[in-house]
Amino acid sequence: MSVDSVFVHKMWDDHELSRMVKGGAPFPMLSDGGGRVGSVYGVYLEDAGVEARGRFLIDPDGVIQGFEVLTPPVGRNVGETIRQIQAFQHVRKSKGTEATPSGWKPGKLTLKPGPGLVGKVWEVWKTKMAFD
Amino acid sequence: MGKEIKAGCARPTGGPVGEKADTPQETPKHATSKEVKAMITVGKKAPDFTAPAYHKGKFVSVQLSEFLGKWVVLCFYPGDFTFV
Repeated sequence: MSVDSVFVHKMWDDHELSRMVKGGAPFPMLSDGGGRVGSVYGVYLEDAGVEARGRFLIDPDGVIQGFEVLTPPVGRNVGETIRQIQAFQHVRKSKGTEATPSGWKPGKLTLKPGPGLVGKVWEVWKTKMAFD
Repeated sequence: MGKEIKAGCARPTGGPVGEKADTPQETPKHATSKEVKAMITVGKKAPDFTAPAYHKGKFVSVQLSEFLGKWVVLCFYPGDFTFV
């Protein structure tokens, strides 16, 4: 979503994005003239009249599980976004019985919070696991 | 996904859906942005909105609440053709 019109979105997709990704942008390119939606989400930069790089993860119940907002010159890390979605999906599937420690990826150890784990995380989770 | 919309000379518009939808013009700017920032909190509902969109050769109207039941990644960016 940006403040550009759908006509400009089409031109960008036709002339540039479709040369980067076969078939062009696979998702809807939303238009937010005036930044009305961006204002509600807290990402509209009034002085510049554009929207910051805001990224919101919304679960199947319509609840915001996470967000990240960057100023324009720095691009996002799509791999980290995907990792977060996988972690939120895993936690949701466990119905809150599991939590994913720092650096978690699919297949890695999760934590099962409860009285028995209090003060014992150091026994099962090592700092280096945040960086594997 | 969404209803197809006709491409006329008027730029199609969307906006927030719900109680605040028709108030932005009347509310003083500062009050709006303060209220608004408090609305985004993890663990709380994502504010619903409708927006015109370009999707695979068509102009459509998209509403966030159409995607209930699915995970959604909503991305804002500064502008088309802006390099990053």
